[in-house]
Amino acid sequence: MQTTADLLQKEQKAIILSFNLDTIPLKLIEMGCMEGHSIELVQTAPFGDPLYLNINGTHLAIRKEMASDIVVEIIEN
Amino acid sequence: MKDSPIKVALVGNPNTGKTSLFNQLTGLKQQVGNYPGITVERKVGSCSLSQNKKAMVLDLPGTYSLNANSLDENLVIELLLNKNDKDYPDVVVVVTEVENLKRNLLLFTQIKDLEIPTVLVINMADQMALKGISLDIPKLEAALKTKIALISSRKATGIAELKDLIVNYETLSTEPCLNASDIDLDYFNNLRRIYPNQQLYKLWLVISQDVNFGELSKNVIQNNSFSKSDDELKKLQHKETVKRYQFINDLLKIAKKVDVTKAKDLRNRLDKILTHKIGGYVIFLGILFLIFQSVFEWSSVPMDFIDESFASLSTWISEHLPAGKLNDLIAQGVIPGISGVVIFIPQIAFLFLFISLLEESGYMSRVVFLMDKTMRRFGLSGKSVVPLISGTACAIPAIMATRNIENWKERLITILVTPFTTCAARIPVYTILIALIIPDKRILGFLNLQGLTLMLLYLLGFFMAIISAMILNKILQFKSKSFFVIEMPNYKIPYYKNVGLNVIEKTKAFVFGAGKIIVSLSIILWFMASYGPTDNFANAEKNIASEPQNQSLAEDDLQDKIASYKLENSYIGIIGKSIEPVIKPLGYDWKIGIGIVASFAAREVFVGTMATIYSVGSHDEEENTIKKRMRAEVHPASGKPIYTFASGISLLLFYAFAMQCMSTLAVVKKETNSWKWPMIQLFVMSGFAYLVAFVAFQLLD
Repeated sequence: MQTTADLLQKEQKAIILSFNLDTIPLKLIEMGCMEGHSIELVQTAPFGDPLYLNINGTHLAIRKEMASDIVVEIIEN
Repeated sequence: MKDSPIKVALVGNPNTGKTSLFNQLTGLKQQVGNYPGITVERKVGSCSLSQNKKAMVLDLPGTYSLNANSLDENLVIELLLNKNDKDYPDVVVVVTEVENLKRNLLLFTQIKDLEIPTVLVINMADQMALKGISLDIPKLEAALKTKIALISSRKATGIAELKDLIVNYETLSTEPCLNASDIDLDYFNNLRRIYPNQQLYKLWLVISQDVNFGELSKNVIQNNSFSKSDDELKKLQHKETVKRYQFINDLLKIAKKVDVTKAKDLRNRLDKILTHKIGGYVIFLGILFLIFQSVFEWSSVPMDFIDESFASLSTWISEHLPAGKLNDLIAQGVIPGISGVVIFIPQIAFLFLFISLLEESGYMSRVVFLMDKTMRRFGLSGKSVVPLISGTACAIPAIMATRNIENWKERLITILVTPFTTCAARIPVYTILIALIIPDKRILGFLNLQGLTLMLLYLLGFFMAIISAMILNKILQFKSKSFFVIEMPNYKIPYYKNVGLNVIEKTKAFVFGAGKIIVSLSIILWFMASYGPTDNFANAEKNIASEPQNQSLAEDDLQDKIASYKLENSYIGIIGKSIEPVIKPLGYDWKIGIGIVASFAAREVFVGTMATIYSVGSHDEEENTIKKRMRAEVHPASGKPIYTFASGISLLLFYAFAMQCMSTLAVVKKETNSWKWPMIQLFVMSGFAYLVAFVAFQLLD
């Protein structure tokens, strides 16, 4: 199922399909956010934002706003 | 070859244990300074490699890639691109960590493209068995065209092998491990044709970002028919990163095996507790509470000891050195000045200890994660928490720590409000005033009332920072896109060497930095308090003795009168008296006024200044500690104590809010690139402080 990274449920695993190159900073790409890499929501902060993600083995946090620019395909619930 | 040391640069992602390795290699033989002109920390140390070989090790700021996002990262690139730099390394040691090898290798492949001899260090090798990880080192070495040292920087294993590799750096391959120019062959061929003598990857780095690199400027190279727009450049950077990851992913698929069944996930369990939506905040507040209670409680023992020791040293000198002006200068000017700095070493060291424990353990990133949403309501970022917490040690490194806030508005607001947090320099003032006006009692059996007051002052500082952030968020009307990305590193037990060295380094910097100002200021103050311009000063004895109401006084009281008359007619007395009308409504006398004026150099000067002023007039051996002297201070006319609850609270509030630190103003100027913001801080904060102190005194008195 195709969705965006901000709509992932906790511990749901997905694969990154594409992202908006205009809004996603290079730093995030360098940390592993790119097509074909795995993405998993580890935890959501209190009040729902930011999101604690595991992208390709790297643990990082980004805000929902940015996560909504990442298109993913859910592979495992 | 024996004489010239090998120049080694340590490069790596944050959280790879690069600093642990640096400390392991250099131990106490390291110096921390700044790069000329910019406030980026420069750490170098020497290390003996073998019997007759030494290395100069340079610890470069942590960076995720050679695409610079900040001043610190820029520096890494500029150094590695400039063969003429005096720090340009003979060999680069790229530090990676076994668990995050994939991401860490990205930087490695970029550095390999610069064709500098490069050693790959894989750190935390001792964790491999525990996490079920196995590596095929020969395969990795062949593909990455390098030599690998598997080390544990904490357990000090593999260090000897690393040193061997550094000694033999000339045998290392300088060939790149992948061909990055594949991403746009036409473009790179054009570049190669126009600049045949330049290294291709270097050209690319200069074009794709704003590094400062002499005659090879971005504009010159970009001034070509085939040049690319910024959007196209970013697309190429994306392509480049994808290509590097493909290479790394393919390699690690065959060279790294993880047995998932063996992996024990401590991170997961700790995260569940520490970032829990209620528990997380409770724990965070608890930790803050523990820090402030202990800073006050634990450090009082060594502080009392230091206070008493300096007092007896002062007494000893005045009794055993030949009497005269020099004796007075040392006993009344220099010694009280020095003791005013030394006494606060315990508290400052404790604070730095706690802050470096929080950072080392990986907990700080969780706090950023927890607080981001809340902080954003006030126009701040979760990342503002780090400056606000380290601002409790010192605003200067705190303001520098705002550099990793990606959004300029959030960053500017953080810079502007950070000086409200209670820095170490306020501790001396707070401690002594609290000791004077708050009783040393316990409530509920375990809460020390004085400790509680100190904690309230800290909370007040945070609260003010938040309120002013909210106001600034409304006033400042510029839009900038928010790029919030933060790594959540693994939890680690803090490494004692890193924490210890950090505490020693920071405390030393504070003591010597403040020490210079305080000691020179106390000498100047002593001179100004010991001499006067008018005949009144010179004829003090005669004038007082001749007054009829003084004829019947005992010898001691007469001496007291003479001393205070002299002080009032000294240079400092005249200056103090002239500013007295301004500060009288706040409940201060002219002596405190001098302390406040001197504090605009740096707040911690206050106690030393008061010590110097009071000791000039004092002859009583009993009153030899600063605290006792302040307690004994009375209004000359009414005989009431100067430091009452009302004037004490007013003074505490004034110090809580006023912007009294020249070094902070200078750093804000550097970081914001304009005098506008530091001037706003100076006048708005100090004006507000005056107002609050005025209201508090008038209500309480």
